[in-house]
Amino acid sequence: MDTTTPATGTSGTAGTDAAVRIRGLRKTYGKLAAVDGIDLDIAHGETFALLGPNGAGKSTVIEILEGYRLRTSGEVSVLGVDPAHAGLDWKARLGIVLQSATESGVYTVREQLSHFARFYPHPRDVDEVIAAVGLEEKARTRVSKLSGGQRRRVDVALGIIGRPELLFLDEPTTGFDPEARREFWTLIRGLKAEGTTILLTTHYLDEAAQLGDRAGVILGGRLVDVGRVDELGGADARVPIVRWRAGDGTPHEVRTERPAELVASVVAELGGEPEGLEVIRPALEDIYLQLVRAAGADARDDEEALA
Amino acid sequence: MSTGILPIGATRIGYETKGYFRSPDAVFFTFLFPIIMLGIFTAAFSAAGDIEVAPGVEGISVGAYYLPGMLAAGMLLSGVQNLAVDIATEKGDGTLKRLGGTPLSPVSYFLGKIGQVFVTATLQAALLLLVSATLFGIAMPTEAGAWLTFAWVFVLGVATSALLGIALSAVPRSGKSATAVVIPIVLVLQFISGVYLRFNILPEWMQNLASLFPLKWMAQGMRSVFLPDAFKVLEQNGEWELGWVAAWLIGWLVIGLVVSRLTFRWIRRDA
Repeated sequence: MDTTTPATGTSGTAGTDAAVRIRGLRKTYGKLAAVDGIDLDIAHGETFALLGPNGAGKSTVIEILEGYRLRTSGEVSVLGVDPAHAGLDWKARLGIVLQSATESGVYTVREQLSHFARFYPHPRDVDEVIAAVGLEEKARTRVSKLSGGQRRRVDVALGIIGRPELLFLDEPTTGFDPEARREFWTLIRGLKAEGTTILLTTHYLDEAAQLGDRAGVILGGRLVDVGRVDELGGADARVPIVRWRAGDGTPHEVRTERPAELVASVVAELGGEPEGLEVIRPALEDIYLQLVRAAGADARDDEEALA
Repeated sequence: MSTGILPIGATRIGYETKGYFRSPDAVFFTFLFPIIMLGIFTAAFSAAGDIEVAPGVEGISVGAYYLPGMLAAGMLLSGVQNLAVDIATEKGDGTLKRLGGTPLSPVSYFLGKIGQVFVTATLQAALLLLVSATLFGIAMPTEAGAWLTFAWVFVLGVATSALLGIALSAVPRSGKSATAVVIPIVLVLQFISGVYLRFNILPEWMQNLASLFPLKWMAQGMRSVFLPDAFKVLEQNGEWELGWVAAWLIGWLVIGLVVSRLTFRWIRRDA
């Protein structure tokens, strides 16, 4: 049995064949550590979701990888190159979708994409990209006339026009309606199928679950958990929760691998239907919230203000 | 299609020029403004009679007198005001950050900006001359030498203005404050450099102050082209001083180049 799986976590075996390799990354602003010691490998072709509350250090990490910020210490390699000393050839291999930009938007969708396509050696076909983000009807409309969600699709289109090997998506679906998000997921799965490595940050846990091969939770500048999306938080975090209220109204909450058995015994004990009965199998969102609460994430809200 | 720095720079010129003409503020305040001002001056002072150097010497109309100043103002607005506001705005709204994440070379970016300034300033000057010759009945120079002077003063002045615009774009702290920072500087320069006020009626200290800045020299160079030679007695030293025009403009060109080179960043990298 020799199954090949993407490099997991911080095992350190990935070496130079990782698309992204981070060791001991730190970024401090004065005495505040926005990023406080991160190790991570992302394999070629992998989709990695970086989760965490605002101010946890997600954007700082991403911007260091993109070359927008300089690190205080640690080692970083992105597509085999140190982003702090990378040139235009390196940028040609990346696609970057930043958090919202507010350009005046005097160009049409088509003009903007055709123009950006010129920067890259092997760009995608402009019309195909417009179709992929669902903006065919708006191709001749100026960007300034688009809705927020449509502008975001233009951002995504500009990020993929250069046929990137590595795509950074910083909260890409903010402002999308549910249908647009599903279309976007289809688009990302298509890129993934072509072998694009994707690093995604998102507030939507279902998005991370839908798209991510692996996810990492960043809190207070540290990566508190990394793993396959269905393993995040460990087995304990996935133990079902049974909640009910006793006859006198006292709430009960018990975690058990055998919820049906527990419910049966509660019913037998109460001699009837328990009030407010719930059986919960923690989804990624619940597990994430447990992690955040456990780490007391509030203390780190300063980073956004400094960024 | 090549991704070389020059071909992409050429593409950027078209892209930037299209964007310029789709921005009503820029078109009004940096493209049409000198033409409108010349119209107002011509209309307002039409009854005041000709401007004469001395009694008995044939004078010229107010419009003819102010045309060189408006040409110089157009060069300044197309370069300094346009680019300083434009680039500061692009810094503020995320345009530069986005470009900084692409393989676009900053050299191509600046070729696009400077090329756009040349395209729009040339159209502006052509329109200004056309309107002057037709609507305002201003006589145009007929000697080739005058047009040669016009050509080098124009090219040098526009290049200097463009680079100073890029340099000045580093000053505003945000895109929103860009016009508040840039316009007063440009406006004061126009008043002290002989654009809206006749240079020879300004006090000497103001003339000396204006002589430190490039606009005075652009206006003086343009006066040498469009005013009768007899008008040179109204200049500060009684001569057109074209050598000094060239020297001062080249000096400011170098300053603009060095400051642009030292201050430009796609983003404030380590904010």
